[in-house]
Amino acid sequence: MVAAQDVVFWLLAVVSIAAALGVVVVKDLFRSALLLAVVFIAVAGFFVLLSAEFLAVVQILIYVGAISVLFIFAIMLTRNVREGNLPNRLQIPAISVSALLLVGLIVAAVNTDWRPIPEAAVEMVDAAQTQAITAVPAAGSEVAATGLADLLIGKFVLPFEAVSLLLLAALIGGLALARPRGT
Amino acid sequence: MSLESMLIVAAVLFAIGLYGALARSNVIAVLMSIEIMFNAVNLTVVAFAKYVAPLALRQEIGSVLTGQVFAIFIITVAAAEIALGLGIVFAMYRNTESVTLTEANQLRH
Repeated sequence: MVAAQDVVFWLLAVVSIAAALGVVVVKDLFRSALLLAVVFIAVAGFFVLLSAEFLAVVQILIYVGAISVLFIFAIMLTRNVREGNLPNRLQIPAISVSALLLVGLIVAAVNTDWRPIPEAAVEMVDAAQTQAITAVPAAGSEVAATGLADLLIGKFVLPFEAVSLLLLAALIGGLALARPRGT
Repeated sequence: MSLESMLIVAAVLFAIGLYGALARSNVIAVLMSIEIMFNAVNLTVVAFAKYVAPLALRQEIGSVLTGQVFAIFIITVAAAEIALGLGIVFAMYRNTESVTLTEANQLRH
Protein backbone atom coordinates (compact mmCIF):
# COMPACT_ATOMS: atom_id res chain seq x y z
CA MET A 1 0.00 0.00 0.00
CA VAL A 2 2.70 2.40 1.06
CA ALA A 3 4.89 1.26 -1.80
CA ALA A 4 2.08 1.90 -4.28
CA GLN A 5 1.70 5.40 -2.92
CA ASP A 6 5.40 6.02 -3.33
CA VAL A 7 5.35 4.79 -6.92
CA VAL A 8 2.43 7.08 -7.74
CA PHE A 9 4.13 9.97 -5.99
CA TRP A 10 7.36 9.69 -7.96
CA LEU A 11 5.46 9.18 -11.18
CA LEU A 12 3.46 12.35 -10.55
CA ALA A 13 6.59 14.22 -9.51
CA VAL A 14 8.42 13.33 -12.74
CA VAL A 15 5.39 14.11 -14.90
CA SER A 16 4.61 17.43 -13.23
CA ILE A 17 8.19 18.70 -13.25
CA ALA A 18 8.81 17.62 -16.83
CA ALA A 19 5.57 19.23 -17.98
CA ALA A 20 6.30 22.43 -16.04
CA LEU A 21 9.74 22.61 -17.66
CA GLY A 22 8.04 22.11 -20.99
CA VAL A 23 5.65 25.00 -20.29
CA VAL A 24 8.50 27.45 -19.79
CA VAL A 25 10.85 26.08 -22.46
CA VAL A 26 8.70 25.03 -25.43
CA LYS A 27 8.58 27.69 -28.11
CA ASP A 28 5.08 26.97 -29.39
CA LEU A 29 2.66 28.67 -26.98
CA PHE A 30 -0.18 26.31 -27.83
CA ARG A 31 1.90 23.30 -26.83
CA SER A 32 2.90 24.94 -23.60
CA ALA A 33 -0.78 25.55 -22.80
CA LEU A 34 -1.45 21.83 -23.30
CA LEU A 35 1.54 20.97 -21.09
CA LEU A 36 0.13 23.35 -18.49
CA ALA A 37 -3.03 21.21 -18.41
CA VAL A 38 -0.77 18.19 -17.74
CA VAL A 39 0.80 20.05 -14.80
CA PHE A 40 -2.68 20.81 -13.42
CA ILE A 41 -3.76 17.17 -13.71
CA ALA A 42 -0.58 16.00 -11.97
CA VAL A 43 -1.21 18.46 -9.15
CA ALA A 44 -4.74 17.08 -8.83
CA GLY A 45 -3.13 13.64 -8.45
CA PHE A 46 -0.94 15.04 -5.68
CA PHE A 47 -4.07 16.35 -3.95
CA VAL A 48 -5.56 12.86 -4.01
CA LEU A 49 -2.33 11.49 -2.50
CA LEU A 50 -2.55 14.16 0.21
CA SER A 51 -6.12 13.03 1.02
CA ALA A 52 -7.63 16.25 -0.27
CA GLU A 53 -10.07 14.66 -2.70
CA PHE A 54 -12.39 17.64 -2.82
CA LEU A 55 -9.52 19.90 -3.81
CA ALA A 56 -8.53 17.44 -6.52
CA VAL A 57 -12.01 17.69 -8.02
CA VAL A 58 -11.96 21.48 -7.73
CA GLN A 59 -8.54 21.51 -9.37
CA ILE A 60 -9.78 19.50 -12.35
CA LEU A 61 -12.93 21.60 -12.69
CA ILE A 62 -11.39 25.04 -12.35
CA TYR A 63 -7.85 24.65 -13.62
CA VAL A 64 -8.11 21.95 -16.25
CA GLY A 65 -11.67 22.77 -17.23
CA ALA A 66 -11.72 26.54 -17.11
CA ILE A 67 -8.30 28.13 -16.88
CA SER A 68 -6.58 25.91 -19.48
CA VAL A 69 -9.41 26.53 -21.92
CA LEU A 70 -9.20 30.26 -21.20
CA PHE A 71 -5.47 30.17 -21.97
CA ILE A 72 -6.03 28.29 -25.19
CA PHE A 73 -8.66 30.84 -26.20
CA ALA A 74 -6.28 33.67 -25.39
CA ILE A 75 -3.52 32.08 -27.45
CA MET A 76 -5.85 31.49 -30.39
CA LEU A 77 -7.13 35.07 -30.29
CA THR A 78 -3.74 36.73 -29.97
CA ARG A 79 -1.60 34.24 -31.81
CA ASN A 80 1.48 35.82 -33.19
CA VAL A 81 3.10 33.24 -35.44
CA ARG A 82 6.04 35.49 -36.18
CA GLU A 83 7.19 35.80 -32.58
CA GLY A 84 6.24 32.61 -30.79
CA ASN A 85 7.30 32.32 -27.18
CA LEU A 86 10.70 33.95 -27.19
CA PRO A 87 12.85 34.33 -24.10
CA ASN A 88 13.69 37.89 -23.15
CA ARG A 89 17.10 39.34 -22.36
CA LEU A 90 17.03 38.38 -18.69
CA GLN A 91 17.99 34.72 -19.11
CA ILE A 92 20.98 34.61 -16.78
CA PRO A 93 19.49 36.73 -13.95
CA ALA A 94 16.25 34.72 -14.17
CA ILE A 95 18.05 31.38 -14.01
CA SER A 96 20.26 32.46 -11.12
CA VAL A 97 17.39 33.95 -9.11
CA SER A 98 15.23 30.84 -9.48
CA ALA A 99 18.16 28.50 -8.80
CA LEU A 100 19.04 30.44 -5.66
CA LEU A 101 15.42 30.32 -4.51
CA LEU A 102 15.23 26.60 -5.25
CA VAL A 103 18.37 25.84 -3.26
CA GLY A 104 17.14 27.97 -0.38
CA LEU A 105 13.73 26.31 -0.33
CA ILE A 106 15.17 22.80 -0.49
CA VAL A 107 17.70 23.50 2.28
CA ALA A 108 14.91 24.93 4.42
CA ALA A 109 12.59 22.01 3.69
CA VAL A 110 15.22 19.39 4.52
CA ASN A 111 16.83 21.03 7.53
CA THR A 112 13.76 22.22 9.39
CA ASP A 113 12.36 20.00 12.10
CA TRP A 114 8.74 19.96 11.00
CA ARG A 115 7.59 17.69 13.82
CA PRO A 116 5.18 15.77 11.63
CA ILE A 117 2.39 13.95 13.34
CA PRO A 118 3.26 10.36 14.28
CA GLU A 119 2.60 7.66 11.72
CA ALA A 120 -0.13 6.16 13.87
CA ALA A 121 -2.09 9.38 13.80
CA VAL A 122 -1.86 9.74 10.02
CA GLU A 123 -4.62 7.23 9.41
CA MET A 124 -6.81 9.00 11.91
CA VAL A 125 -6.19 12.32 10.18
CA ASP A 126 -6.94 10.75 6.81
CA ALA A 127 -10.21 9.43 8.15
CA ALA A 128 -11.04 12.83 9.63
CA GLN A 129 -10.29 14.59 6.35
CA THR A 130 -12.32 12.18 4.26
CA GLN A 131 -15.11 12.42 6.79
CA ALA A 132 -14.90 16.19 6.73
CA ILE A 133 -15.49 16.20 3.00
CA THR A 134 -18.43 13.88 3.05
CA ALA A 135 -19.58 15.41 6.36
CA VAL A 136 -20.81 12.02 7.52
CA PRO A 137 -19.44 11.15 10.94
CA ALA A 138 -18.21 7.59 11.24
CA ALA A 139 -20.15 5.43 13.64
CA GLY A 140 -18.82 5.75 17.15
CA SER A 141 -16.27 8.45 16.38
CA GLU A 142 -15.97 11.01 19.10
CA VAL A 143 -14.91 13.85 16.83
CA ALA A 144 -17.72 15.66 15.15
CA ALA A 145 -17.13 15.91 11.43
CA THR A 146 -16.85 19.46 10.30
CA GLY A 147 -17.23 19.73 6.59
CA LEU A 148 -15.26 22.10 4.44
CA ALA A 149 -18.52 23.90 3.86
CA ASP A 150 -19.12 24.34 7.57
CA LEU A 151 -15.62 25.76 7.90
CA LEU A 152 -16.07 28.04 4.91
CA ILE A 153 -19.26 29.67 6.14
CA GLY A 154 -18.43 29.33 9.82
CA LYS A 155 -14.94 30.07 10.98
CA PHE A 156 -13.78 31.57 7.69
CA VAL A 157 -16.90 33.49 6.79
CA LEU A 158 -15.15 36.85 6.57
CA PRO A 159 -12.48 35.81 4.05
CA PHE A 160 -15.19 33.90 2.23
CA GLU A 161 -17.25 37.05 1.79
CA ALA A 162 -14.17 39.07 0.86
CA VAL A 163 -13.28 36.53 -1.83
CA SER A 164 -16.85 36.62 -3.14
CA LEU A 165 -16.60 40.38 -3.45
CA LEU A 166 -13.21 40.02 -5.15
CA LEU A 167 -14.65 37.57 -7.68
CA LEU A 168 -17.54 39.90 -8.43
CA ALA A 169 -15.19 42.84 -8.87
CA ALA A 170 -12.91 40.76 -11.11
CA LEU A 171 -15.89 39.68 -13.20
CA ILE A 172 -17.10 43.23 -13.72
CA GLY A 173 -13.55 44.43 -14.35
CA GLY A 174 -12.95 41.68 -16.90
CA LEU A 175 -16.16 42.58 -18.72
CA ALA A 176 -15.28 46.26 -18.72
CA LEU A 177 -11.79 45.51 -20.07
CA ALA A 178 -12.89 43.10 -22.78
CA ARG A 179 -15.69 45.30 -24.13
CA PRO A 180 -14.89 47.10 -27.34
CA ARG A 181 -14.50 50.81 -26.99
CA GLY A 182 -17.53 53.08 -27.44
CA THR A 183 -20.22 50.52 -26.66
CA MET B 1 6.28 9.91 0.15
CA SER B 2 6.95 12.27 3.00
CA LEU B 3 6.48 15.91 3.86
CA GLU B 4 9.99 16.74 2.72
CA SER B 5 9.68 15.10 -0.69
CA MET B 6 6.35 16.84 -1.24
CA LEU B 7 7.88 20.19 -0.27
CA ILE B 8 10.82 19.62 -2.60
CA VAL B 9 8.56 18.84 -5.55
CA ALA B 10 6.55 21.99 -4.81
CA ALA B 11 9.77 24.02 -4.53
CA VAL B 12 10.97 22.74 -7.92
CA LEU B 13 7.62 23.62 -9.49
CA PHE B 14 7.76 27.09 -7.91
CA ALA B 15 11.29 27.72 -9.16
CA ILE B 16 10.34 26.64 -12.68
CA GLY B 17 7.34 28.98 -12.57
CA LEU B 18 9.50 31.82 -11.31
CA TYR B 19 12.00 31.28 -14.10
CA GLY B 20 9.19 31.29 -16.65
CA ALA B 21 7.67 34.45 -15.21
CA LEU B 22 11.00 36.25 -15.29
CA ALA B 23 12.45 35.02 -18.56
CA ARG B 24 9.60 34.93 -21.07
CA SER B 25 8.66 37.82 -23.26
CA ASN B 26 5.10 36.77 -24.04
CA VAL B 27 2.40 37.95 -21.60
CA ILE B 28 0.41 34.72 -21.86
CA ALA B 29 3.50 32.62 -21.14
CA VAL B 30 4.16 34.75 -18.05
CA LEU B 31 0.58 34.23 -16.86
CA MET B 32 0.96 30.47 -17.35
CA SER B 33 4.15 30.49 -15.30
CA ILE B 34 2.32 32.36 -12.53
CA GLU B 35 -0.32 29.63 -12.56
CA ILE B 36 2.42 27.03 -12.02
CA MET B 37 3.61 29.01 -9.00
CA PHE B 38 0.05 29.15 -7.60
CA ASN B 39 -0.18 25.37 -7.94
CA ALA B 40 3.14 24.87 -6.16
CA VAL B 41 1.95 27.00 -3.25
CA ASN B 42 -1.30 25.05 -3.08
CA LEU B 43 0.66 21.80 -2.92
CA THR B 44 2.72 23.12 -0.04
CA VAL B 45 -0.29 24.30 1.93
CA VAL B 46 -2.16 21.02 1.50
CA ALA B 47 0.95 19.00 2.37
CA PHE B 48 1.31 20.96 5.60
CA ALA B 49 -2.37 20.41 6.31
CA LYS B 50 -1.85 16.67 6.05
CA TYR B 51 1.46 16.24 7.81
CA VAL B 52 1.94 19.06 10.28
CA ALA B 53 -1.16 21.06 11.11
CA PRO B 54 -3.23 18.30 12.71
CA LEU B 55 -1.15 18.43 15.90
CA ALA B 56 -4.15 20.12 17.45
CA LEU B 57 -6.44 17.44 16.14
CA ARG B 58 -7.91 16.48 19.44
CA GLN B 59 -8.80 20.02 20.38
CA GLU B 60 -10.37 21.09 17.15
CA ILE B 61 -11.18 19.01 14.13
CA GLY B 62 -11.39 22.08 11.92
CA SER B 63 -7.62 22.52 12.12
CA VAL B 64 -7.22 19.44 9.93
CA LEU B 65 -8.88 21.29 7.10
CA THR B 66 -7.50 24.80 7.49
CA GLY B 67 -4.88 24.19 4.83
CA GLN B 68 -7.48 23.00 2.37
CA VAL B 69 -9.65 26.05 3.01
CA PHE B 70 -6.57 28.17 2.37
CA ALA B 71 -6.01 26.33 -0.91
CA ILE B 72 -9.61 26.99 -1.95
CA PHE B 73 -9.09 30.71 -1.37
CA ILE B 74 -5.86 30.63 -3.37
CA ILE B 75 -7.64 28.88 -6.26
CA THR B 76 -10.39 31.52 -6.18
CA VAL B 77 -7.93 34.39 -6.22
CA ALA B 78 -6.00 32.70 -9.03
CA ALA B 79 -9.17 32.41 -11.09
CA ALA B 80 -9.98 36.09 -10.55
CA GLU B 81 -6.41 37.03 -11.41
CA ILE B 82 -6.40 35.04 -14.61
CA ALA B 83 -9.75 36.45 -15.76
CA LEU B 84 -8.50 40.00 -15.25
CA GLY B 85 -5.05 39.24 -16.64
CA LEU B 86 -6.41 37.83 -19.87
CA GLY B 87 -8.81 40.78 -20.13
CA ILE B 88 -5.82 43.10 -19.94
CA VAL B 89 -4.00 40.95 -22.53
CA PHE B 90 -6.94 41.30 -24.92
CA ALA B 91 -7.11 45.04 -24.38
CA MET B 92 -3.39 45.30 -25.00
CA TYR B 93 -3.63 43.16 -28.13
CA ARG B 94 -6.44 45.33 -29.47
CA ASN B 95 -4.38 48.45 -29.00
CA THR B 96 -0.90 47.35 -30.00
CA GLU B 97 -1.44 44.16 -32.06
CA SER B 98 1.16 42.51 -29.86
CA VAL B 99 1.39 40.51 -26.64
CA THR B 100 5.08 41.13 -26.02
CA LEU B 101 5.88 42.53 -22.61
CA THR B 102 8.54 44.99 -23.74
CA GLU B 103 5.98 46.71 -25.95
CA ALA B 104 3.56 47.26 -23.07
CA ASN B 105 4.67 50.79 -22.34
CA GLN B 106 1.50 52.74 -22.97
CA LEU B 107 1.09 53.85 -19.36
CA ARG B 108 4.29 55.87 -19.67
CA HIS B 109 2.90 58.85 -21.52
